[in-house]
Amino acid sequence: MATFKDFRNNVKPNWCPGCGDFSVQAAMQRAAANVGLEPEQLAVVSGIGCSGRISGYINSYGFHGIHGRALPIAQGVKMANRDLTVIASGGDGDGFAIGMGHTIHAIRRNIDITYIVMDNQIYGLTKGQTSPRSAAGFKTKSTPQGSIEQAISPMEMALTAGATFVAQSFSTDLKDLTALIEAGIKHKGFSLINVFSPCVTYNKVNTYDWFKENLTKLSEVEGYDSSSRELAMQTLMKHDGLVTGLIYQNTERKSYQELISGYSETPLAHADLSLDQKFFDKLTAEFV
Amino acid sequence: MINQLSWKVGGQQGEGIESTGEIFSIALNRLGYYLYGYRHFSSRIKGGHTNNKIRVSTTQVRSISDDLDILVAFDQETIDVNYKELHSKGVIMADSKFDPKKPEDTQAGLYAVPFTEIATELGTSLMKNMVAIGATSAVLDLDIQVFEEVVQEIFGRKGQQVVDKNMEAIKSGYEYMKEKLGSNVGAMQLEKADGQQRLFMIGNDAIALGALAGGCRFMAAYPITPASEIMEYLIKKLPAVGGTVIQTEDEIAAVTMAIGANYGGVRALTASAGPGLSLKMEAIGLSGITETPLVIVDTQRGGPSTGLPTKQEQSDLMAMIYGTHGEIPKIVMAPSTVQEAFYDTAEAFNLAEEYQCPVIVLSDLQLSLGKQTVEPLEFDKVEIRRGKLQSGDLPEIEGKGYFKRYEVTADGVSPRVIPGMKNGIHHVTGVEHEETGKPSESAANRIAQMDKRFRKISNLKFDTPVHKNAPHEEADLLIVGFNSTRGAIEEAMGRLEQDGLKVNHAQIRLIHPFPADELLPLVASAKKVAVIENNATGQLANIMKMNVGHHGKITKILKYDGNPFLPHEIHSKCKELF
Repeated sequence: MATFKDFRNNVKPNWCPGCGDFSVQAAMQRAAANVGLEPEQLAVVSGIGCSGRISGYINSYGFHGIHGRALPIAQGVKMANRDLTVIASGGDGDGFAIGMGHTIHAIRRNIDITYIVMDNQIYGLTKGQTSPRSAAGFKTKSTPQGSIEQAISPMEMALTAGATFVAQSFSTDLKDLTALIEAGIKHKGFSLINVFSPCVTYNKVNTYDWFKENLTKLSEVEGYDSSSRELAMQTLMKHDGLVTGLIYQNTERKSYQELISGYSETPLAHADLSLDQKFFDKLTAEFV
Repeated sequence: MINQLSWKVGGQQGEGIESTGEIFSIALNRLGYYLYGYRHFSSRIKGGHTNNKIRVSTTQVRSISDDLDILVAFDQETIDVNYKELHSKGVIMADSKFDPKKPEDTQAGLYAVPFTEIATELGTSLMKNMVAIGATSAVLDLDIQVFEEVVQEIFGRKGQQVVDKNMEAIKSGYEYMKEKLGSNVGAMQLEKADGQQRLFMIGNDAIALGALAGGCRFMAAYPITPASEIMEYLIKKLPAVGGTVIQTEDEIAAVTMAIGANYGGVRALTASAGPGLSLKMEAIGLSGITETPLVIVDTQRGGPSTGLPTKQEQSDLMAMIYGTHGEIPKIVMAPSTVQEAFYDTAEAFNLAEEYQCPVIVLSDLQLSLGKQTVEPLEFDKVEIRRGKLQSGDLPEIEGKGYFKRYEVTADGVSPRVIPGMKNGIHHVTGVEHEETGKPSESAANRIAQMDKRFRKISNLKFDTPVHKNAPHEEADLLIVGFNSTRGAIEEAMGRLEQDGLKVNHAQIRLIHPFPADELLPLVASAKKVAVIENNATGQLANIMKMNVGHHGKITKILKYDGNPFLPHEIHSKCKELF
């Protein structure tokens, strides 16, 4: 059986020392091993940005696509091979700016993949511009007077879009994050995990210390019930979205694959591509 | 007796104009006639003039006819817009309900027929279309029993009474018109057809069927005119072979999902029209640099932007060849008949896997939506070839080495594995990369990988890249076209030959890489070259000039008003060159 070390490759990440993404990488590797995967059974699809490089830093199949499109690529991979474990990942710009349309629709489509967002509230690879997760008033190179736009609340957005698995974590909480990724992989449907992953170079506001001061663990909130969408929404609003843990899970709703009529039980990637002559004749007879 | 008939039915959209044409043509197709139907429609659901022009012939026809024998009109607008197409012995049959008026400058005869009134008496005005079919039968002296089978198929689900009522409507129309015509019954009697069973389908049906036969098991697409029929067909048929279609949130999701699915190992398709293709361009570049197979259909329509969304145009040519930023190997093919749309779409999946690059199947609105009689499709001609896709056990890789998915090879094509395969792990990225897929900015690697990618299509094997009908070693004129202009060019060619000109014809089937070697001898041996295109700038002519030279010989014959070429237009424009 594979261990987390088997998910390491020999590529040295080009992230800045201290970047939160290192811990996310480690958590993904541990979670993959913990759920019993072999490296070839995992496909990691990522977007563009610092965090998008993650698919190249894990010893598994990896696809580094185009900006904002990790989710449709990942959904395509899963549709082709339902036996694969597919993880999509990228930054907050990738998922909540250029790719927001895909995020909402992937949530409501509910294909069985896991989406991990490394949320640092800034554009890092382009050297420090505002992100849809930057707070109002946040000063960046593109908002020298401070951002005058409202930040997106991705967890609340996910709940309204019909999510069946919504979780949030902090990159330094390696144990909790690993457990959430495992739960996300096991969840039958689309799982969204937003991870606060501080940018030590360009974000001097939302630092490790800032998160430690401001985050509330749901496990410490009395009476919290992750099966209640209503409670989830209330709690998120009360804490301005700054909570960590499993926010909401719906185990009743079936995944997209389970609902498609006629969808092959064996992966389409292994399908016999030839048609039966009789079937073809039946098809053409409809045009006579 | 006539061997060819041109019939048009027109009215407001949503009035059943399409189904009238459908019933009329399916019945005649079953008798063994060759049909060609083209719909004029607008980008709205109810209201607005629409018509369906159907050509019936005892021999293969692939073009709209120049003139018109019979016009069935459900409103005055239909007469006013279309009467000029009628020849002097043509017939207008118009619903007496709107008190039809015949324009002064036509010699065609007008018959006011109580379509609506007869239908209403029989139960519902909806059947006015059936009355019109009956009336048409009287002019053609056609036995109305030929419609019974089709009516049964279409209305059978609604019960025998509905079937009987509709047949009664056809009969009433026939009898009314028969009495009116008197000795003129059968004025346009068609020669008997051969009774052979052939298919009657639009290009989009053939594209979808070709995809299915070619092993496509997944499609991701966003609805758009004139491509939607492809996804609508496949969502009905793919489940029978375990596959499915996802209607995505947008065009970019459609193409990237198809890329993900192809990377995952299934043959996956996306299809759209110009606006969608514009949005897909960045992803097509991703398919190119990651060498992920991808088949994309572009059903061209009037551009730019929303342009003329329901009209014919061939103006995406340059965009399909050069659209994406950067430089990638790409194959662009342009079938010119419905049969070919079937075979070419199936073949596109082979080429995409063999050359590991995007393949664009170019169609146009006339080919995609024009409905024509098709000789039976030969399923055994469809092959499945998967190129260098690896199967079975792969050799173990030492240490933590990656599989050389982008190995520099003599033919430029590298071995391909799909996720899930042991010992096949590699990286895929749109960033320039070395043989295992790891990003690399090295200059030497950049050159090696760019050259490798382009080497793939420099060796492209493609069956019949140019359709040549070239009876003359030295021709006065070479006519060149692509996609749906083929039928009109063939008819024009016949007339030009009758005028005493020596004419050769080349229809380009492989647009990119351009088959210069195939075309050059024909261009060189012709005194003049006319390039026929439904666009305003002569994109194919410009591509020809880039590839085969002979600039001085090449004349552009262009039409960009939204309508397909008619044979007489090509005939007269070509004659003007001499």
